[in-house]
This record gives sequence, structure tokens and C-alpha cells, in this order.
Amino acid sequence: MTRLLDLCSLIRSKNAGPFVLTFDFMCHDQDGYDRLRTSGVLTPQLFADLYGADPRDVLVVHHDRAQAVKVSLPRPVRQGDIHDSDSYGGQQYAPLVDLEIPAPPR
Amino acid sequence: MEIRILAPTGVLGAGFRVESLERGVALRPHVIACDAGSTDSGPYYLGSGQPKLSRQAVGRDLRLLLKARDTLGVPLVIGSCGTSGRDIGVDQVAELAREIARQEGLSFKLALIYADQDPDYLTERYDQGRIRPLHPAPPIDLETLTDSQVVGMMGVEPIQRALSEGADVVLAGRASDTALYAALPHAMGADPGLTWHAAKTVECGAACAIPPSADGLFVHLREDHFDVEPLDPGARLTPHSVAAHTLYENANPYLITEPSGVLDTTDATYTALDERRVRVAGAVYRPSDTYTVKLEGSRLVGYQSIAVGGIRDRVVIEQLPSLLPKAQEYFRAKIRDVFAGRVNPDDIDIDYRLYGRDAVLGGRDPDREQPAHELGVLITVTAPTQATASAIATFVTHTSSHLPIPQYEGLASTIAFPFSPPETDRGPVYQFTLNHVALPGTPHEMFRTVHEEVTP
Repeated sequence: MTRLLDLCSLIRSKNAGPFVLTFDFMCHDQDGYDRLRTSGVLTPQLFADLYGADPRDVLVVHHDRAQAVKVSLPRPVRQGDIHDSDSYGGQQYAPLVDLEIPAPPR
Repeated sequence: MEIRILAPTGVLGAGFRVESLERGVALRPHVIACDAGSTDSGPYYLGSGQPKLSRQAVGRDLRLLLKARDTLGVPLVIGSCGTSGRDIGVDQVAELAREIARQEGLSFKLALIYADQDPDYLTERYDQGRIRPLHPAPPIDLETLTDSQVVGMMGVEPIQRALSEGADVVLAGRASDTALYAALPHAMGADPGLTWHAAKTVECGAACAIPPSADGLFVHLREDHFDVEPLDPGARLTPHSVAAHTLYENANPYLITEPSGVLDTTDATYTALDERRVRVAGAVYRPSDTYTVKLEGSRLVGYQSIAVGGIRDRVVIEQLPSLLPKAQEYFRAKIRDVFAGRVNPDDIDIDYRLYGRDAVLGGRDPDREQPAHELGVLITVTAPTQATASAIATFVTHTSSHLPIPQYEGLASTIAFPFSPPETDRGPVYQFTLNHVALPGTPHEMFRTVHEEVTP
């Protein structure tokens, strides 16, 4: 079984300003990038469910030259608020590391 | 035409190798630039005016950069001084620069550009409908603007004016990171798409190098491309690492918004010149019809006391979901009782963060139901004054260490506190309040520039 981390050299979450959470999925190589793109697992709905956003507010961008997928969405709570647990947004990617990548169609 | 840009480090005070700076100086840059701040460390710095990095660390980098600038006779541009880019941050870095000038025998024309926003100005713009939300933005009213410490993020124009008025060293308040690098090339007539893309590439220093480090990059900007290289001969850039940097801390890697327009890197090309240098071309800059200045705001929301503990007994861990809501009810009654009605429980926030269960990801953590053999507990008490937060924290910790466990008869100790006293006062707590832009009449009207001659 292939997991997201198998395809990626870096999975990262960060703030893009105090109100936006952004995820970078940097693939090992072109094959990994193609596999991730065609799998279609990184959907707005997935991020909406995990981080409590409206799927219409989830931006998914494919960056061919960087062999990377980028996903940005409104932060669940604004950065540094009294109930924010992750000021830099740096650990929010954790549930995605073992995301299952379906086998490509034959 | 060739314009050379030296980006010594990602942030003033983060450091860089002396040899790298020397190498950059030998390449004869037209400008040295770097930023000294960011919102990424949270609302405390803008709210309080305190810098994140120490005076010693900032002074070390600034000394080397002022000496390099003196050797070259070219401008040094530093923005977002003092982390937040508030006026007090500019003044602190300016004082450091004057002190270094005295010690090193340096003379230079200094320009200070201030970015604090006057509540009266903001009120006027708000009433005119010239403060607009970005997406997503918290709801605001006039009070949000007047209660917050607000800075405007300047573009290239105030920096260019300071340089044209003769400044050798520009210490700016809050500024777009890219504007610091773009100001001079832009004024010299370089292609805007290439200029802004080069600026975006170097704004974190060698963060996009392999290996990433606190060190510098160097740009050769020409008519139809720019070349970028790391200053550390042991580091390298690849087309992939440079392209990938457009993703860093941005919502959209292709479209990067500046006050005067949008950088579009969709059609940019990245080509290896050799093992460590990359040639970049093809980005386009689209000027906007409306000039916008991003606003950042932070306001005091209270004072906090915290306590850290641990729970190891599985029986206590199992009971927590029912015990903690009961404890919260008890605290509300206790606050009314102890303060004789002078403190409203609604004004007090008491929070338990259970590390080992869902403290990092919260209620949506898909693994939060997995059994934990040990939990870390962070208790936070936030109140309108520090004295109130401290007073409440003492009975919160006491109650937390004697939660009533149904299976146990008699008084049990339910939490392990490592410290005596268990409570720590954390001081003021701030909140970011704005994700908005202002529409000024000119790119200059929100910023104030002061020139001075610095001599030893």
C-alpha cells in the first residue's frame, strides 16, 4: 500500500499570514508527482473535513515545475489566539502523512 | 544592463557566515537588503512592540552589514525593523546603528521610514469605505481599528523616495519583504516581472538552498532573466529548489500580491546554469488599478497564567471527559464566590490542553480516541488582569490535582505538577485583528520618513 509520505520528500504546513493555513506536498520526482495528481486524494473536501473549513474556501494548486501540490485554507483559529494550539501551523499536516494513495488504474 | 542584489540572510539577526558576506561584497552588488521581521511569530510582537530576536544577534548582523555597505558605498535597506515593523522597532534598530557607527567610525545618511497607523487616519479611511477585507478576514468595527496597534505594509515607493533623497541606509518599519529588494532595481528601470520574482526568490535568504541555511543569496538581474546563486560555496540551488520556494508561506504560489500589483510566475522558467546557480525568466508583473496597503493589527485581549502537569493513572485519564466539564462549572461558581461578584466568569477563559490526546489538532484529530497511557496537561487561565489570572490559576491547579474520581474513596492526587509553584504568569496576551487593506490616496501618505546624518 502506498502512503502520501512514500511519494513526498517533504510534507509541510505553515501559516500564510495569521489567517491562512497552507500545506506543501513536495514530491520525490516526476513519477511521484504524476501519481499524486492522478490519485486525486488531495481534495478540498478532505481538508474541509480535517480542518473545519468550507470546501469552497480550499485552494488546491498543482505546481508542475516544483513537482508539488499546494493547498491553502482559512486557519481554523487565527494565529496566536488564546485557543490556537500551533502558532506556526507547523504540525497541522500530521494526519496526512499516512494518507492512503489508491493504486493507479491499470 | 545588470543590477546585482545581495541578500545576506533571511532575517536580520538570524545570522550568516562572514565568508559568505565577503563573497557577496566581492561580487559588487548595487544594493544590500534584508528584512528584520514578520507576523509569523504571532501577535505578541506587534501588540507589545517587543522584538523577537535579541539586540545582540541583531547588532552582530547589522554591524557586518553596515561595514560591508561602507566598503561598497551602496545602499543598505532593512525593513520590518524590530520584528513587527512598529515605530518603536525602527527606533531600536536606529539606535543600534548609531552605536555601531560610533564604535566603527562609520558615517552615513540614514533614513527612517515609519509605518505605525494613526487611529484618526484609519477612522477616516474606514468611514470612506477605503478599508477592505481580504479573504478570510475577521469582522471588524471602528473600535477594532482604534484599539489595535496597526502597521501598514509599505511597498517600494517610500523606500525609493528615501534613496532618491540620498539615503545610504534605510531602516523601514513594516514593509513587504520583496519591496526591500525590488525598490532599487525597480527605480533603475529593471523589468518589473523579473525584479519582483528575483525579490521573492531571495526574501528568505538561503532558505531555498540545498541545504537550507541562515545565509545569503546573490542575484544578477539582466534584461530578460536573472541568475541566482548561494553565497556559501558549499550550498547549491537547483531549478526545483528555486521554483519550490514560490510555495513558501504563500497561499498561491503563482500569484503573489504586492501593493501596486500582482506577480504572476505561472510561465516562469528555471534553468540550471551549473550545479549551484539557476537562471530564471518569464514571470510577469501586472500593475493593479488600485494601490493597496496591507494592514496588520494586534490588540491586548487579557493576561494569562499557565500550569503544566501530567496524568499517568489510566482511571483518571478515562474519567477526564466527564470530570473536566464539571470542573469548569465548579470554577464558575468559585469565581463568583471568591471575588464576591466583582469578576464575571464569562470574562475568564480556563482551558485544558491534553497533550497525548488532541492538544495539537483539536477535536478533529482523527486519532483522538486512541488510548493514551500518559497525558500532558497544559492549563491556561486568561483574565482581564494579571492579578485575576494568577488568583484564579491557584484554585484551578488545586482543584485539578484533586478531581473527584468515582472509583476512588477519599482524596486522590489526580495530576503530577513538576514545578513549585505550579502556576506561571505569562503576562499580556494579544490577538491579530486585521486581514485588511487600506486604499490610500498615494503610496506615501501612510508612511513618514525622517532623514539624519550619522557620524561617529
